[in-house]
Amino acid sequence: MAEQRKLWIKRVVNVGVPLLLVALVFYLGNQKGFTWQQYAQLVVDGVRGGAIYALIALGFVTVYNVTGIINFAQGAFVMLGAMLAATVYELPLPFGDGWRLVVAFVTAVLLTTLVGVLIERLTIYPARHSTPLTLIIITVGVYIAIQGIALLVWGTNALSFPAFTTLGTVDKTIRVGGVVLKAQSFWIWGTTAVILVLLAWFFDRTMLGKGLRACAINRQAARLMGISTHRMSMLSFALAAALGAIGGIVLAPVTRPIYDMGLRLGLKGFVAAIMGGLVSSPAAVLGGLLLGVVENVAAGVTKSGIKDIFAFIILILILLFRPQGILSKAQETEKV
Amino acid sequence: MLLELRGVSSYYGQIQALKEVSLHVNAGEIVALIGANGAGKTTLLNTISGLLQPREGTIWFAGRNISRLSPAQIVSLGISHVPEHRQIFGTMTVYDNLLLGAYHRYRRDGKQAVLRDMEWVFEIFPVLRERREQLAGTMSGGEQQMLAVARGLMARPRLMLLDEPSLGLAPLIVRELFRVVAELREEGQTILLVEQNARAALRLADRGYVLENGRIALEGTAESLLHNSDVQMAYLGGRRTAVSP
Repeated sequence: MAEQRKLWIKRVVNVGVPLLLVALVFYLGNQKGFTWQQYAQLVVDGVRGGAIYALIALGFVTVYNVTGIINFAQGAFVMLGAMLAATVYELPLPFGDGWRLVVAFVTAVLLTTLVGVLIERLTIYPARHSTPLTLIIITVGVYIAIQGIALLVWGTNALSFPAFTTLGTVDKTIRVGGVVLKAQSFWIWGTTAVILVLLAWFFDRTMLGKGLRACAINRQAARLMGISTHRMSMLSFALAAALGAIGGIVLAPVTRPIYDMGLRLGLKGFVAAIMGGLVSSPAAVLGGLLLGVVENVAAGVTKSGIKDIFAFIILILILLFRPQGILSKAQETEKV
Repeated sequence: MLLELRGVSSYYGQIQALKEVSLHVNAGEIVALIGANGAGKTTLLNTISGLLQPREGTIWFAGRNISRLSPAQIVSLGISHVPEHRQIFGTMTVYDNLLLGAYHRYRRDGKQAVLRDMEWVFEIFPVLRERREQLAGTMSGGEQQMLAVARGLMARPRLMLLDEPSLGLAPLIVRELFRVVAELREEGQTILLVEQNARAALRLADRGYVLENGRIALEGTAESLLHNSDVQMAYLGGRRTAVSP
């Protein structure tokens, strides 16, 4: 009987709390006189930010699954991607704008991936016999160091990076039933979708991807198969760096790149990964999208200045009440 | 000699788990390693496959000193370790598990060769063919053990280390597994077999070693160990006449 009552309370809370929150959103919004277009606008913009969080979260999940480390340098990859792309774009290269964009994109991703590999080799690998906590603190240190270097190189001014395409309109937007869609939003959604397909293919169809998954499931058994866990650790950092860089670059036309952008974005990506339970890629993507929408809507109906607060409220609530993530039942999550 | 250990000592931190162990395995032999829980049997296998590095002594395999090599290098040289408790990749398919068994030679031998070997493995364990696309963790314990052995075979090893293949399995399935081990011997597969089920192991093996507190306490032909009164008292449950495993 007691068991059943507990279950019912759980069900009521699971359904009731979100409903209450939604009601609260509409109450606050209506007080501000929001139209449904304005609500839709908040959601659409939230999904755009959420797609970026999803890419960053995938970096956290990949590194965590393979090495057991939460890599707080992940935000630095996002910043480096955006800053390097903006810098390369400004170089006087002898191509048209379109090609300069492509070159900037590719160079920035490759360089950031290289930084990811170097970080793993120079700071994680030598300390591989330490506890995970030590390694996590190392990544915090690495983040601070990279941000410091970025400050020295680029200063405190924000750089700029152009939208990839204009959609043929002057203000680079189109309107669908009163909702404004930026051209760059489509690039962000498209990039995220393509990355997800590529990652699924990589983990599911290639031997290297299967090796990474094997490492995540059972490190010792993976070693007995002849899979070098050191190499896989390096590969996971490379992958995380590339994902972070791509996220930073596609975001750059919307939010101007600046040396300290990694902290905020890295932490948001971390919250998204935690929402997904930290071990599941699909759940992390869902977590990212959900986080983007929730924080944007919440900030929209309250004050836009306190937008960042909501991510951390979610983080605390998840860690308190659903440490296994929003999707999974208990500890039966499929890794990677 | 295919494998030879000379005075090997291994430690877990400060605790010495193996004390100057010397043993050898000839090509084509099945050698049984028996001993009580905690005697160091699994430690010995982990030391051979490189998961643990010996602090003293040397391990020779096919004329090479492998004591300082990584597990990846050792499996490439031809030692495949089927670990205790199966340790299959539960959230991956049977097919992927088998493919990963050939990980170290996938690039060298090519996909075609690996898939041919998978056919050979399916002939040994027909049930795995039916379960090909099933997630390995959803199979029964016996099937998972068969997968673990099959995955080990996918490495095309010259020497196979089998750690407690009968652990926690129904007698019928144990019999089936031992039949497969006997079959592999017919094909010339060299095996170092660790077993709690000492009687079944010794009946199958050519020679055996008894490990006690990290030391080799006894060695000899399987026949002589089966009839040794100390062994019978300690590991074969007294002086009963043998029953089939």
